[in-house]
Amino acid sequence: MTTAEQPEELAISSGDDVVRVRQLVRSRAQAAKLSLVDQTKLVTAASELARNTLIHGGSGRVLVESLSRNGRAGVRAVFSDDGPGIPDLQLAMTDGWTSGGGLGLGLSGSKRLVDEFDIDTEVGRGTTVTVVKWTR
Amino acid sequence: MERVPVLSLGDALLVSIQVDLDDETVLALQEDLADRIVSSSARGVVIDISGVEIVDSFIGRMFGSIAALSRVLDAETVVVGMRPAVAITLVELGLSLHGVRTALNVERGLAIVRKLTTARDTRVAEDDDESIDDFGGEGGDVVAAPSRP
Repeated sequence: MTTAEQPEELAISSGDDVVRVRQLVRSRAQAAKLSLVDQTKLVTAASELARNTLIHGGSGRVLVESLSRNGRAGVRAVFSDDGPGIPDLQLAMTDGWTSGGGLGLGLSGSKRLVDEFDIDTEVGRGTTVTVVKWTR
Repeated sequence: MERVPVLSLGDALLVSIQVDLDDETVLALQEDLADRIVSSSARGVVIDISGVEIVDSFIGRMFGSIAALSRVLDAETVVVGMRPAVAITLVELGLSLHGVRTALNVERGLAIVRKLTTARDTRVAEDDDESIDDFGGEGGDVVAAPSRP
């Protein structure tokens, strides 16, 4: 059993896991009292990133935690995989550019939906994407 | 994976999505709809997403595919009931749902399907509308009769 304050980790290795990631992020976003629009944005970003982890990383995991800073609550989700990494990050962040047959909105679109976005990638080592959404 | 039920409603198929959509469910829905459009000769598909909490780029792309697929099979697709938060998020994500017709609710969605298919049928059957004119003329006489002096 976990309390709402403890970080929670989920493996991402199937389409069902993408749904589980959405549900976990939504429950944390609700607990943090994010507005409905902000909840929806964060969950949508999490869905995009979880699918990236699955498709490009092969499999991976997400760590979701509740944050508190200067009286504001927030939710952080850290997606990591040990996949091939991203050779050209600038290109990967471009709207419409895709390597996986999708729409190319995963990374660039997710970044627009959250307050903080950080990506750490190295070819041959893997990729870690961190997103944070704060209450307004 | 869960399967989304497809209901027949006159000439249209109605799909009401009430589950958290995983990718396999979305792909299965696409295939089910293709089969049902052909087997039931449906003219339209109305997809109600009022129960859907998020639409990401994968799900959004599938709506586009379903719309394109149904068009090829001579049916129109209308996506209805999108939540305001979902609409705001989709636009910010950069997904415009190009080629997908939308309406506020099921009723308006069905009306659009009816209008589109009627307009198309009228074009196809342009030489065959004499009986409709006759019927309209008769009705007009009956209505006009009481106002004559």
